[in-house]
Amino acid sequence: MANNPTANPAAPGRDLKAAFKEAGFAAFVTLGLCIPIIAWGTRQNMDNVLVLDPRWDAVAWAVGIVFVGRFLVALRKQGRQEGKAALRILPHGTIAFFQRHSRVFSLFGLGFLATFPAIAIGLAGWGGALKWIDNFGVQILIYVMLGWGLNIVVGLAGLLDLGYVAFYAVGAYSYALLAKNFGLSFWLLLPLAGILAAFWGMLLGFPVLRLRGDYLAIVTLAFGEIIRLVLINWTEFSNGYAGISGIPRPTFFGIPFTAADDGFAAVFGLEFTPLYRTIFLYYLILCLALLTAFVTLRLRRLPVGRAWEALREDEIACRSLGINTTNTKLTAFSIGAMFGGFAGAFFSARQGFISPESFVFMESAVILAIVVLGGMGSLWGCAIAAIAMIGGTELLRELEWMKQIFGNDFDPTKYRMLIFGFAMVVIMIWKPRGLISTREPTAFLKEKKAISADMVQEGHG
Amino acid sequence: MTAAQPETQPPAQPLLAVRGVKTYYGKIIALKGVDIDVNPGEIVTMIGANGAGKSTLMMTIFGNPQAREGSVTYEGRDITRMPSHQIARLGIAQSPEGRRIFPRMTVYENLQMGAAVRNFENFDEDLEKICVLFPRIKERLQQRGGTLSGGEQQMVAIARALMARPKLLLLDEPSLGLAPLIVKQIFEAIRELNRTQGLTVFLVEQNAFHALKLAHRGYVMVNGVVTMSGTGKELLANPQVRAAYLEGGRH
Repeated sequence: MANNPTANPAAPGRDLKAAFKEAGFAAFVTLGLCIPIIAWGTRQNMDNVLVLDPRWDAVAWAVGIVFVGRFLVALRKQGRQEGKAALRILPHGTIAFFQRHSRVFSLFGLGFLATFPAIAIGLAGWGGALKWIDNFGVQILIYVMLGWGLNIVVGLAGLLDLGYVAFYAVGAYSYALLAKNFGLSFWLLLPLAGILAAFWGMLLGFPVLRLRGDYLAIVTLAFGEIIRLVLINWTEFSNGYAGISGIPRPTFFGIPFTAADDGFAAVFGLEFTPLYRTIFLYYLILCLALLTAFVTLRLRRLPVGRAWEALREDEIACRSLGINTTNTKLTAFSIGAMFGGFAGAFFSARQGFISPESFVFMESAVILAIVVLGGMGSLWGCAIAAIAMIGGTELLRELEWMKQIFGNDFDPTKYRMLIFGFAMVVIMIWKPRGLISTREPTAFLKEKKAISADMVQEGHG
Repeated sequence: MTAAQPETQPPAQPLLAVRGVKTYYGKIIALKGVDIDVNPGEIVTMIGANGAGKSTLMMTIFGNPQAREGSVTYEGRDITRMPSHQIARLGIAQSPEGRRIFPRMTVYENLQMGAAVRNFENFDEDLEKICVLFPRIKERLQQRGGTLSGGEQQMVAIARALMARPKLLLLDEPSLGLAPLIVKQIFEAIRELNRTQGLTVFLVEQNAFHALKLAHRGYVMVNGVVTMSGTGKELLANPQVRAAYLEGGRH
């Protein structure tokens, strides 16, 4: 029978039994996973004895959800075999449409970013806007900038760097220590922090010149940990776990944001509110992020940027074309690190307090996730991924209303990692090469240029 | 020095001279003392079986890996210890084995990468010449490298090497994995380049019949040693060569 498929054509109806079997298997696996993780809650009683609370109802819920979900997925998959087109979340060509009109959307995005503080104040009032500008605006933009910085190393040059947070830390500590101990100004230290981080990037670059892929990832991971451990243990230098507090805040070209008589509000004849500093910081990080994007876009069109991309594609071919791969890798590491350093200096100026806790591996992982989810090499993709990941985390704090459904013990932020994991699985299923995975060519023939200009005009009309 | 008949009258100084080159991979010896000459305006081929060391010789000329003993001289200059990117600047271009074009970059960008050594001087002029030589490339300029057929990729790989305006072109197995008709086209293009522009070509091939027919002179390599040399015609007629590389292998 198996030798003769034509004699036994696929049944047109849905094979409920097969779907049932599949769902049953998935539910069984879930049950196996749930027993060590969910089935018993642990707590200590009055005598300090560990008590196990059985939570079989939660297990039943998890198994039930997986069973039903898998059953529906299996049924849909059978339906698809009948020749129906796969369901699409976005209609075909959506991303191509956005890419074609990217100039229009860029202008729109820039306009929104430039007016975001005004919009926030308009919608949330002077009191409520602080949270939106600081937690959403500044926080997301820091990660957008870090993502774009790492994008140079990972997305363009194809060098997997798991220790990017080290350069962030170098920038942050450079600013904190130099500003506190020598009283140098933020505007002097910002470039200096970038240069120091670039120097460390080059230092990391030398030993890993011959490494690629997994091996490179391990060494960079170790590098990130080394920096963090040095910061923890060299207490005379960095004050260890206690961190550095009282870091001088940036000034508006010499005018501090304080309630004092020579403060920003007094000088400009405004009523004092802490919001001014936040708005200033917002525009500062916006400018830094845009600088990163601008430099990346320009470099991609220059020989060095094209050499990065060629290096990502094929290192041996690069050598045979006479490209100096050593220099190419070192510039990628150092320029990527430089932007990490800028972001770090900004971070410590904004927080006023830094400790090694801020520079753990998890940060590197989040930044790398932003680059990978965005689609390696795409600035737009990075920005969207940063908004989704960082903004999404912040939004979870806003879900107070869910307490009315799930009771007062419910804390949505606790589910952050679960949602992250889920989102990543979903993206890797639907868009395995990242949100925006098509690479835009940086060089065109003359004819192509004319065509693309026409299309931009169409977009305007 | 006369330009006539390079295969009979070698000029006083060869363009490329390899003398007693020994190359190792770790402790394993891959080239056991190789001597070859490539004269200006010649097509020289190196044939041999898998693992004979042909590609290693080509890579050694290009400085990656470097020869442990012996010397490589180009235009009278010792390039044995020179890093690859500097060798490329001297006017040697290489089309590596397996084509190795950049798959996510367009053909146009691939060609630009080839011109990077020369800082993109005369890029448009060279591009035009390439398009005449390989009309297929002209049609494909905006396409991504990875979407081309094998033959087209090979053309791009050669064209990319030519964008550097080399004096010496090193070609590693341009016929690898291609249909006989495409191989013929590519070899025709190489002959054309040699005849019209006087380009010197050093060709490493397994496809002995085509390579020897194309080349002015040829060498045969066995286990890291050059065992035979002569003009292309001589080698084609040689019974040993015929037995080892041609019988049954002819298309």
